[in-house]
Amino acid sequence: MVAGAGIPVYDVPFVTVGGGIGSFVTVDYLRIYGVPTSHIRILSNIDHPWQTYQFLTRVSQIPIPERIRSDSSSRPDNLWGWPSYALEEAWKDKNLGHLWNVLTEPLLNDYWTPRAGTVFQNLDREAKRIRYWDMLVKGQVRMVRRRVGGGYFTILTPPEGAATTKRVAFRSRFVHIAVGYPGLRFLPDLQEFREKMGDYQHVVNAYEPHEHVYEFLKTRPGTVVVRGGGIVASRVLQRLFDDRRKFNLQTQIVHIFRTFVTGSHGPHIWMRRKGGDGWAYQGFNYPKSVWGGQLKAEMRRLDGAARAQKYKDMGGTNTPKRRHWQAQMREGRNGSFYHPFQGTVDRVERGQDGRLVSYVRSKDGTLRQPVSDYIIDCTGLEADIAEHRVLADLLQNSGAYRNPLNRLEVERHFEVKGTASGDGALYASGTATLGGYFPGVDTFLGLQVAAQEIADDLARRGFCKKLGPVRSTAQWFKWAFNSQV
Amino acid sequence: MVPTLFGRIQTRIFLLATVGVLITLAIMPLVLAGSGLSLGERYMVGFVILATVTVLGVVWEFIYHFLMQFRWEKDWPSLFGLITLLNEGVLVWILLSAEVVPFIEVEVGAIPFWIHFLVVWIGIWLFANGPMRVPFIRWRFRGGRLL
Repeated sequence: MVAGAGIPVYDVPFVTVGGGIGSFVTVDYLRIYGVPTSHIRILSNIDHPWQTYQFLTRVSQIPIPERIRSDSSSRPDNLWGWPSYALEEAWKDKNLGHLWNVLTEPLLNDYWTPRAGTVFQNLDREAKRIRYWDMLVKGQVRMVRRRVGGGYFTILTPPEGAATTKRVAFRSRFVHIAVGYPGLRFLPDLQEFREKMGDYQHVVNAYEPHEHVYEFLKTRPGTVVVRGGGIVASRVLQRLFDDRRKFNLQTQIVHIFRTFVTGSHGPHIWMRRKGGDGWAYQGFNYPKSVWGGQLKAEMRRLDGAARAQKYKDMGGTNTPKRRHWQAQMREGRNGSFYHPFQGTVDRVERGQDGRLVSYVRSKDGTLRQPVSDYIIDCTGLEADIAEHRVLADLLQNSGAYRNPLNRLEVERHFEVKGTASGDGALYASGTATLGGYFPGVDTFLGLQVAAQEIADDLARRGFCKKLGPVRSTAQWFKWAFNSQV
Repeated sequence: MVPTLFGRIQTRIFLLATVGVLITLAIMPLVLAGSGLSLGERYMVGFVILATVTVLGVVWEFIYHFLMQFRWEKDWPSLFGLITLLNEGVLVWILLSAEVVPFIEVEVGAIPFWIHFLVVWIGIWLFANGPMRVPFIRWRFRGGRLL
């Protein structure tokens, strides 16, 4: 039927849709397991796997020399996680301080995290080594559908002029979907303001370019309202504090937390997270053991409501307690230019002088109406997965369904439940699968956990050979000497 | 590290039986040089101490696992893995001095004991914090379980 419609069909056993870090990590595993490049195609609208990640980190205030929030041994370019980033930076900088930090974290030091630039450089090296670009096919993926004879069709629109037809189809036994964040979602009151006023300049999301806010504040004293209690709020505050000091500015910062954490919190003594001054403190996106320890093992056994409850117990917005940030906030509170408080915003309106008025209600009944020049939404809300056309189509036409957190329900080995087709399988990883048997999906290490499960499942199905200790060691040496696979 | 209870126990037994045995084989003749013991006796001392650390270690792991429950992250920082050599080493030394460790008929001096114990401990700790992941790619995602 597809060929009958005049759509050219290409046969390849494994297709990954997305082309971001999720696709990269999965393909890296498969190449190291021994799958040749001719058996893999990466369908993507971006040129290199870290492109979207780099954009999002840059606008949310992590430029290349800054450090990301990721563990030293979460290396998307190295499936073994050794040598860690800290060991590499110690070697390159000839500085044992990095190792001392890793040794004493998180007890005497903040968690050590790698520079964004280090991550990108290494991804580039590994992408070349596994011949990533030999497998990349540019275009916009329209849909993935089950094929009558088993396996799947993936329909792609190539860039204009790149192909003779408007669409091409890939016929494959396996498909992997890692399309990343379906989109941003704004807080309802901010969305309403933006739409009603047609103003996309003064109310911004931290994940969209908003450099003009910082530029404005350099020209005259101003007030900024920051919303949210996660790491992006921390980053934005850091930028505001840094600029304030560097350019001698008089910026006033109003920080509204919906949930204002005042201390340790949690259901019982064995499940209590530290917090204070509004924030819940945690080194990484999740408690560390979701990537391999106790929480990972516990979640793997849970379904339905019990799983949703476990997510709730360990969830909640949080940020690392970094000494530098603590000092800046302390200085801000003492100097009366940083004003954090609890509140929910009923609405935002434009005042008579053209500035923004937030109508805030606190739990204790206090009403506040802070006036500001800008509002930065740092809540990091994500759009529903059905906002992404490929995922929406899967839910509608291919038997996929939602998990207790309303995302894609996947098996423990990341096969999308309900989508099997003959001897083929459809896998998904990344943020679209949050709420599954494994919680840390939208992180570097989580993508590696998923990739390993997928590669091992493919090995069980005879698509590749499982990687045992001897072959693994041999492959590690190849990685170490940067020899191409 | 983010171990589970069974992961801890398996990792401990595996590492003592591999890295621990290799290090003991390599250093025991030197550690007890000048003690007047035969090579067989030196190895006997080394391996019995290794076995003692393993058996007591299983009990220690239950204690560490319990203490870990007070940590929100349910992790076991690298530094803990290193400094627990103090409590474990002291306990083995006390038992050795009290002559309740079986199969050791000779007197072992404090210096040889601590040299052997420290070299084995640090060797295992270094191996577990990195190179272990090279042959065993699933180990770190399974809380330290090998089986």
